[in-house]
Amino acid sequence: MSGALLYAIAGVLLFAAGAAGVVLLDHLLRRVLAFNIMGSGACLVLVGLAQRNGIPDPVPQAMVLTGIVVAVAATGLALALIRRLHAQTGHADGKTEEERVKGETGAGCSLPASHSVAGRGDD
Amino acid sequence: MTERLAMLAPLALPLLILLPLAWAALAFVLGTGRGSRLAIAAAAVQLMLAFALASAVMDGGPLHHAAGGWGAPLGIDLVADGLAAAMLLLTQAVALPLFIFARGYFHQDGARPDAAGHHFWPLAGFLVAGMNALYLSEDIFNLYVTLELVGLAAVGLVASGGGAAQTAAALRYLFAALLGSGAYLLGVALLYGAFGSVSMATLTPLIAGASASAGAGASEVALIAALLMMAGLLMKSALFPFHFWLPPAHGGAPAPVSALLSALVVKASIYLVLRLWLGPLAPLLTPLAWLPTLLGTAAILWGSWRAIHAERLKLLVAYSTVAQLGYLFLALPLVGVGSTGASASAILTLQALAHGLGKAAMFAAAGIIIHATGRDRVDDVAGIAERLPLTLFTFALAGVSLMGLPPSGGFLAKWLLIDLAMARGHWPLVAVILAGGLLAAIYIFRVLRLAFLNLPEAVIEAEHHKARVVPRSAEWMAFTLAAASVLLGLFGGLPLLQLVDGVGAGEGVTSGVTSGLVPGLTSGAVVGAP
Amino acid sequence: MTTNELLPLLVLLSSLLPGLVIFALPEAWHGLRTTLNLFGALAKIVLVGLLLAGVQAGEVYGFRHVVAPGLELVFKADALGLLFITLSTVLWLFTTLYAIGYLEGAPHRSRFFGFFSLCVTATIGIAMAGNLFTFFVFYELLTLATFPLVAHRGTPDAKRGATVYLGYTLVGGAALLAGIVWLESLSHHTGFTHGGFVATLLPGNEGALKAIFVLLIAGVGVKAAIVPLHGWLPKAMVAPAPVSALLHAVAVVKAGAFGIVRIVYEVYGAETAHALGLMTPLAVLAAITILWGSLRALFQNELKKRLAYSTVSQVSYIVLGTALFGPIGTIGGLVHLVHQGVMKITLFFAAGTYAETLGIHKISEMDGVGRRMPLTTMAFSLGALGMMGAPLTAGAVSKAWLGDGAVAASMDWAVWVLTVSSLLNAAYFLPILWRAWVRKSPEHWPDEHIVRRGYVETHWLLLIPLLVTAALSVLFGVLPADMASPLSWAQMIAEREYFLPQR
Repeated sequence: MSGALLYAIAGVLLFAAGAAGVVLLDHLLRRVLAFNIMGSGACLVLVGLAQRNGIPDPVPQAMVLTGIVVAVAATGLALALIRRLHAQTGHADGKTEEERVKGETGAGCSLPASHSVAGRGDD
Repeated sequence: MTERLAMLAPLALPLLILLPLAWAALAFVLGTGRGSRLAIAAAAVQLMLAFALASAVMDGGPLHHAAGGWGAPLGIDLVADGLAAAMLLLTQAVALPLFIFARGYFHQDGARPDAAGHHFWPLAGFLVAGMNALYLSEDIFNLYVTLELVGLAAVGLVASGGGAAQTAAALRYLFAALLGSGAYLLGVALLYGAFGSVSMATLTPLIAGASASAGAGASEVALIAALLMMAGLLMKSALFPFHFWLPPAHGGAPAPVSALLSALVVKASIYLVLRLWLGPLAPLLTPLAWLPTLLGTAAILWGSWRAIHAERLKLLVAYSTVAQLGYLFLALPLVGVGSTGASASAILTLQALAHGLGKAAMFAAAGIIIHATGRDRVDDVAGIAERLPLTLFTFALAGVSLMGLPPSGGFLAKWLLIDLAMARGHWPLVAVILAGGLLAAIYIFRVLRLAFLNLPEAVIEAEHHKARVVPRSAEWMAFTLAAASVLLGLFGGLPLLQLVDGVGAGEGVTSGVTSGLVPGLTSGAVVGAP
Repeated sequence: MTTNELLPLLVLLSSLLPGLVIFALPEAWHGLRTTLNLFGALAKIVLVGLLLAGVQAGEVYGFRHVVAPGLELVFKADALGLLFITLSTVLWLFTTLYAIGYLEGAPHRSRFFGFFSLCVTATIGIAMAGNLFTFFVFYELLTLATFPLVAHRGTPDAKRGATVYLGYTLVGGAALLAGIVWLESLSHHTGFTHGGFVATLLPGNEGALKAIFVLLIAGVGVKAAIVPLHGWLPKAMVAPAPVSALLHAVAVVKAGAFGIVRIVYEVYGAETAHALGLMTPLAVLAAITILWGSLRALFQNELKKRLAYSTVSQVSYIVLGTALFGPIGTIGGLVHLVHQGVMKITLFFAAGTYAETLGIHKISEMDGVGRRMPLTTMAFSLGALGMMGAPLTAGAVSKAWLGDGAVAASMDWAVWVLTVSSLLNAAYFLPILWRAWVRKSPEHWPDEHIVRRGYVETHWLLLIPLLVTAALSVLFGVLPADMASPLSWAQMIAEREYFLPQR
């Protein structure tokens, strides 16, 4: 197994773990962290695979730099929104008020946060 | 005049990106709620540039521009072909009336704007810049960057409503968008690893070669990459079942924002799906063509169903978007041309344009109604025909286009789609398209027939006292959008189809009644009808 | 753009532009609105007169606008189209006059007259359509323009009636769309042609052509109120009387019947349709509709509902005439297109006048109304007698030709259908006339709005239109062979366009 492939596989694993986190985790801060892990995974794949006979290819390095900038911007925006949500509602677990009520009565809390919202847009 | 415009065209590529960036930054510096006049003036210039670009592309084929003089592979190439030019035109054509609408909408109570409009102008500028850059990008990595730019600006706009519900909707949207673009980025990384390039032009033959020589590892990697990219883009396009983030985000935002998002932003990622699916990734994805058709059908049915049962007016309009986006995926498997000689991508562009104009008008009209009545339940529309006749008319005209009734652009697109589906023998598609139109009629006339209800005099009196004034300019701009969507069917179809399909397509049929086939296409394997 | 291109366009614009301006007029600007309405109606009559004169002189009028490659809006003024155009234009003038009187002082008149004008624009567009694409565009526009008129009163009932109407017509429109696109994709966008154009697709497409025929007839059959697609018509009776007149005589139902004529003669061609075995089923369907409508009319106590079912029955006379293979049946169908319009509009005007003047809505309330409103009741009687096919009325002319056509086409059963239908017509109209003329009038009318002044039994704007249309329906019956009569015109169309070998 070449080093490049090792990097790539690690990257894919990181990406998968991060993506699962974004989908499954409830707390918004954790989801932001999961997103960062996901992004790092993608960048790792990009850098890992893009080696020509052991010589690093400069183009993906530049791309990864760009990717990091984008990720930082997204993280910043997410954090700002979470802070605002926390200030407005006192929570930061990504649930709406109705879900919170339902969650306390024991229903609906096991679903992934984003999907549980889907069917309920206009109740 | 036309010569001047033609001279402008090459400049239009960078300018369409730089101009909105510049006024967005200026608007930010000017401070909260400022910069509306600047934005409107710039949007007018952008519209002119987009026109110049479209006519130049129509006359002389695609235009290229190497950003900063570098060019690929080290620099970034900007390319405007027919499809891109059409989408640019859509963006500017919707943006200009919407900005005038937004100025009236946010500034109605004196000079100070609503809190909801505090950050509208800079964010809208970044959004437009991102979309324009997206349409002009030629490499799949730059597309990722522009996709993120669009997504982040859109999330900011959703949050600008200010309430907790809006913040929550914005966060949900943000995570969906990040997940989608993350998957897309991983796909890009895999493709680069396999083929060493991100340029679509370079990738197209490489991928075709790899998939032709089956068994090579590159082909499997490419397929996984293609699936990842598509999954990410479908997430961002809110195709059923990834639509969960759209209704709260579009239904909760201030009206000008909802209009921008529904009319333009989702189209950006759909454009990418179309581009990639019919372009570089075609050899890999063609066997999967039934999938978007199936999901598109589900989207039409489910979105319409939810719209029919929605209680809030803007949520109804938002679910209508979920349904209407389904149409754009229906035709992906329809390669070749129908009896009119129009290709699937040209028809879909027409559909996107008609929907963009119509949906912007409808959200704007809904915003005016909600603002004037102070309530947003569908039932509260009762009797609105008395107080806001122009806005009701706007809503109805926009509805005509969304239902696909003549003479609107939506109708023309529907006709061409049915024609194409019949030519290809896809009968179930015909049924879905027709059923979709009828379902749309149910939710749109749900609103319209309520509007005609007579209210008791006392109620009308009471309502009049509560009514807030909406500036006439806002009402008229919403009307302009709706009228444009309807007139598109009469006057816009021919040039648009020719723009996307390239010059020459459709020529020769324009005067003849006997033959509907395009001369250049009759000879090949793509003859539409038996 | 030449005059010959401009004229059809101007005919369309003469109602479209006033309509659009009227939308924007404030409610109180009564004078300007009336002026615009009448100006549009009169201008249209003048323009149609020019068209008629030109067509007789051999001019060819046409206008085309390319919408997409191969798809064109085509307008033309041929003899068949002009028959319908003239009918609609003349009746529109009287309906406008009537509506101005009927709606005096009512709310939302700008909206009403705006959509009213759009409605007639769509009808003229249907009449002038030169291909199926154009026909469909205006057919759907007509649906959209009539919906607000049916819902006009704004009551929950009106809302329900309008919704039913919309449901039927939109589903019909979808069927029509499917049929048209299917046919266009087979035939590559051919316009209406004398003798039809689908014969070139034979042999080989029999199955498809039959299916397309079913789709097309189902699509236009909704507006023509063919059983079982007629359910909307009685429900749409909630609309104000001028709208009912418009639906039944000028625009909607007529557009459906006209569409059937176009499809049978100029898309399929009578001979091809006959060869495909499509004419007999169509005739049977028409016969069922004729009988069913008449039967249902018998049991209605509400005057407008009885008239509505009568329309269901009478419009299918046109369909029957079309489906009788042969020139005589064709003439009978075409002439009834005009005759039914003139007679039915008289009846609806009278019904509306009763309601506006005395508050009479039910037949049981009509006792002795002939003495209170002799002129109106006279007109109503003439219309009713015409519907029964009494001698010297327009109805008699239609029925005679239809009967002869049935015999000529050796479909003798159709003669029986016509006879039974005439008897049923008499059974539901004669009791009304008996009540109106013979029974004693009550002490108080249900709701008397307009007091009689001397000989003037009601508002003159409500009276004049119905007297004119009643006179016309008698005139067409007394002078059927006159040069300008609908009959000679129908003969000309049938001879010139369908069956003469030198075509």
